[in-house]
Amino acid sequence: MAYCDIERHDDVVVVWLDEPKSTVNTLSMDMLDEFEAMIDDIEKDNDVKGAVLISRKKDVFIAGADVKALLEMESGEQATELSRRGNALLSRMANLKKPIIAAIHGACLGGGNEVAMACHYRIATDHPKTILGQPEVKLGLLPGGGGTQRLPRLVGLTKALDILLTGKNIYPYPAKKMGLIDEIIHPPGLLQAAIAVARDGVPERDVKRSTMDKVLESTSFTRDYVTKKALETVERKTRGNYPAPKKILECVSIGLDEGLEKGLEAESKGFGELQETPECKQLIGLFLATQEAKHNPFEKKAKDVSSLAMLGAGFMGAGITEVSITKGIEVTLRDLNMEGVGRAKQTIWKNLQSKVKKRALSSFQSDVIMSRIEGVTDLEQIKGADIVVEAVFEDIDLKKRIVAEVESVCGRSTIFASNTSSLPIGEIAADAKYPQNIIGMHYFSPVPKMPLLEIIVTDKTTQAVKGTAIKLGQRQGKVVIVVNDGPGFYTTRVLTALTNEAIQMLAEGARIEDVDNAMKDFGFPVGPITLMDEVGIDVGAHIARGALADMFRARGIEDNSVIQDIAKAGLHGRKTGKGFYTYGKGKSKSINTDMYKYFGGEDRKDFDKKTIQDRVGLIFVNEAVRCLEENILTSALDGDLGAVMGLGYPPFRGGPFRFIDSEGAQTIVDKLKALEEVHGVRFQASKLLVTMAKENRSFYD
Amino acid sequence: MESNYRPVVLVDGRRTPFLRASTDYHDLGNYDLARLALLGLRQTLNLNLTDIDYVIMGNVISNGINPNVARDGMLGAGYLPATPAFTVSQACISANRAFTSGADLIRTGQADMVVAGGVDSMSDVPIMFKKPMRKRLMAAQRAKGPGDYLKLLKGMSLSDLGPQVPAIAEFSTGLSMGQDTDRLVARFGVGRVDQDEFALRSHQLAGKAWEDGLFDDEVLTVQIPPKFAPISQDNGIRPDSTMEQLAKLKPAFVRPHGTITAANASYLTDGAAAVVAMSEEKAKALGMSTEVRLLEYTYSGTNPDGDLLMGPAHASAKLLQRTGLTLSDIDVFEFHEAFAGQVLANLNALDTAAFCKADLGLSKKIGRVPVGKLNIHGGSVSIGHPFGATGARLLTTARNRLIREDGRYALIAACAAGGLGSAIILERSK
Repeated sequence: MAYCDIERHDDVVVVWLDEPKSTVNTLSMDMLDEFEAMIDDIEKDNDVKGAVLISRKKDVFIAGADVKALLEMESGEQATELSRRGNALLSRMANLKKPIIAAIHGACLGGGNEVAMACHYRIATDHPKTILGQPEVKLGLLPGGGGTQRLPRLVGLTKALDILLTGKNIYPYPAKKMGLIDEIIHPPGLLQAAIAVARDGVPERDVKRSTMDKVLESTSFTRDYVTKKALETVERKTRGNYPAPKKILECVSIGLDEGLEKGLEAESKGFGELQETPECKQLIGLFLATQEAKHNPFEKKAKDVSSLAMLGAGFMGAGITEVSITKGIEVTLRDLNMEGVGRAKQTIWKNLQSKVKKRALSSFQSDVIMSRIEGVTDLEQIKGADIVVEAVFEDIDLKKRIVAEVESVCGRSTIFASNTSSLPIGEIAADAKYPQNIIGMHYFSPVPKMPLLEIIVTDKTTQAVKGTAIKLGQRQGKVVIVVNDGPGFYTTRVLTALTNEAIQMLAEGARIEDVDNAMKDFGFPVGPITLMDEVGIDVGAHIARGALADMFRARGIEDNSVIQDIAKAGLHGRKTGKGFYTYGKGKSKSINTDMYKYFGGEDRKDFDKKTIQDRVGLIFVNEAVRCLEENILTSALDGDLGAVMGLGYPPFRGGPFRFIDSEGAQTIVDKLKALEEVHGVRFQASKLLVTMAKENRSFYD
Repeated sequence: MESNYRPVVLVDGRRTPFLRASTDYHDLGNYDLARLALLGLRQTLNLNLTDIDYVIMGNVISNGINPNVARDGMLGAGYLPATPAFTVSQACISANRAFTSGADLIRTGQADMVVAGGVDSMSDVPIMFKKPMRKRLMAAQRAKGPGDYLKLLKGMSLSDLGPQVPAIAEFSTGLSMGQDTDRLVARFGVGRVDQDEFALRSHQLAGKAWEDGLFDDEVLTVQIPPKFAPISQDNGIRPDSTMEQLAKLKPAFVRPHGTITAANASYLTDGAAAVVAMSEEKAKALGMSTEVRLLEYTYSGTNPDGDLLMGPAHASAKLLQRTGLTLSDIDVFEFHEAFAGQVLANLNALDTAAFCKADLGLSKKIGRVPVGKLNIHGGSVSIGHPFGATGARLLTTARNRLIREDGRYALIAACAAGGLGSAIILERSK
């Protein structure tokens, strides 16, 4: 047998899951075949009292299904078949008269969690790497192995919907409390505990469900109320762009109203239907792309980074510090005063505390992590740092001065990374003694949440420096793309093209909410106007004064001087309480209609949603293609990852290049032409795009 | 003095700001304070963690949660698990003991680098049930059924429920330190005005030392949750007090005619401190300061009933004899100030032939410690006295003074509950 390694412990069978030639276990047809044979054996053998499922992999139980195989399936029918087979098998396992115990250590996700739920008893380790969940929804799928059926039965309807619709990770202690697992133990005791249960029989379940939950789940009427509410939330959040959550709700309802059999069948069908959707294909494609981005082309020349110096303890500095110290990197955090350092420590500590509350971290572990910060005010104290990351105010003269200061205290091999979002790295390095050590590391705010790191290299940056920066970013848990230097690099450049167009539409009389809503309907998590408020209008105005604006102007993308006036008036967005929106207490906000005085008065016109989406959306993808054409981007894949992970480009569209591929280059060129005729040269299709259209090519094979 | 031991150098030291109990460290305990001092020490001195062979911390009032606070604190501060750590307890000379234990490990070749210090939080004292109640509670863990519980309640009196707070009282005599010292100062002819003057001097000198930036390299800036605002100064120093104000205070321990007041005694303090000791060889190899080394140390014991806080006189005399040094050889004196009067009583004793003959067995008196060389940057009365930490503060200040004042020998002495005394002599290579 290849996937499972069977071991007899007297009257208990221990099944070691150990997928060949892989560091993880994934659920596949082959594995299911072996499972089947194994169940036969256990059922037949009178000497066997029960069985234990346990993994030989480091920190992985079963990480999920083989999504690549799923993506490559020719039809949804095939996916449905896979699901049916899996469900039949897992049902057989669940109905077995002998207990099967899931002994879970490490990732127990997707299909892994479904296997565990079909077992008769689940023991999980209290290790931080042990996480459970059904992340299928993030890939545009539903759990096709009984997840929509067994989860509500184990943890109740409300908890189950939360897990199924968000795809979030569940840590062992909350999992125990809700009844997803039955027992928690330390890793070394896992096997012996599981064997004991398999031998002695499964104890009675002991889960306390709240009265409210009990009432809500008691009748089909109240259950319908819960699912209806959940559906409303889903619709509000996804704006109809994602078919999976709706399907999940449907399957859960059928299962609860018509029974397990019908529920499982609905699930298998839904699984196949979703597999065929373009949304699912794009999401899986993206997931695979992030896996690919884990590669470091300069691995051999990269140095290990065990400590870094962080200059600037603002919100970005705090974020970069947090993602470093949580990964074991010591950070010397420098700010002009200790109050600044203290605010950063507080931000980080609060984030750690929220993990302590979930018992994903102990309070002591949080102390150890915090102990990796050394707050300093004197630049002298960063000497000896292998890598210095700066996140000071975005001012070219300041950054150049910092380069000189760092070079004066640090060694000639110290890497200087600038977390600038728009200042050209070449300019920052212009007067440097060691320009080969200077690189851009553009993180996105809030750093602990945003997965992207855009690394910017100049023609002077050495491979060792590139490799080390990539390695550091990956260690910080980031999806890293490497781009070449230029005004606004990639992400800021395409984003600015987008926000410029949004502002242009306001100048033409569009309503703030119409622009935002149209782009949210397109699939962005926030509209472009809201985004400007969040980033800070002063920041936008600052970018609009730089090299990027010069380049855009030369191409007929007029930056509206009005944004400078707005910034000067102190309307900086959320941080000042007023921007395009007025911010009240908590999360409340309303349109700031005063803003219209900068855009020709309060008389507003109707703009068709499609028009907004085309103008704002296409100027974005066209600019992305220009970046590839100009070798700012070195691959379409980086462009897609950057747009989705860094800018919130709709993931279900796969990114700007995937979007062009699915629409067809010619269609985009035609649309751009039409826009150019009305609005001018800024919509001129990029040369590369025109060539692609002419030659009928796509960015991906 | 000839010795076969390896030379031990006192490389440097750091402490947290010392704060009056129940002020800004209110939410912290021994563990947190020890962690802050150890963290700040390793960061500001750039210690390479793999070089550290031991961490030793002194602690007096354990809160019961961290009986080995050295271990918990160093791990929380990111020190390596492979470095052993232990906690010592010897009342107010616990940090002195931590340092000398570390020095012994170094000079006998068992260690090359030791981090030693101490901690106490008077904001986090364990409040216990009284013994009868504790007995009942222990028994309750074994109780089965309501019958057993009822039995346990039988004979319980209301007063059993009252809490028992650790008292700063001598176990064998039942006297509080204040009461004892009131007796001591009367015996050595130290009056109320002498005490108030010495206390005021302590506050003024500490205030001036801060003003002159002399503590900048000794005291860490700490930042604690949830606000993380920087705390970088001691908060009990009152250089602006006047003799008139001090004179108004009523005696705190013996009423109405005692002389010890809240102002001429050290106060309840939270804080932690630590020093780095190394073999001279190791310090040289690492390029760290080898300027100040340990010459010798000793401890003394006296009858707690009568000579409770006479440790400085006893231990100093013993150590001077052993090293062959006299008071005039010493450039820097750092004496722990449990009470202003207690320091003055010890000074008087050393300068009294009768005491030196009868109590110390010497042929003549030791002499007068020149006040101009004693605690010239304040002491425990003004800076505060976290019991377990004070010794490390004294050592660091003495070391820095030796260098600053271009001196050769420093004598550090302290008294402790139980009639214990500590004396340490540091020598600076000139």
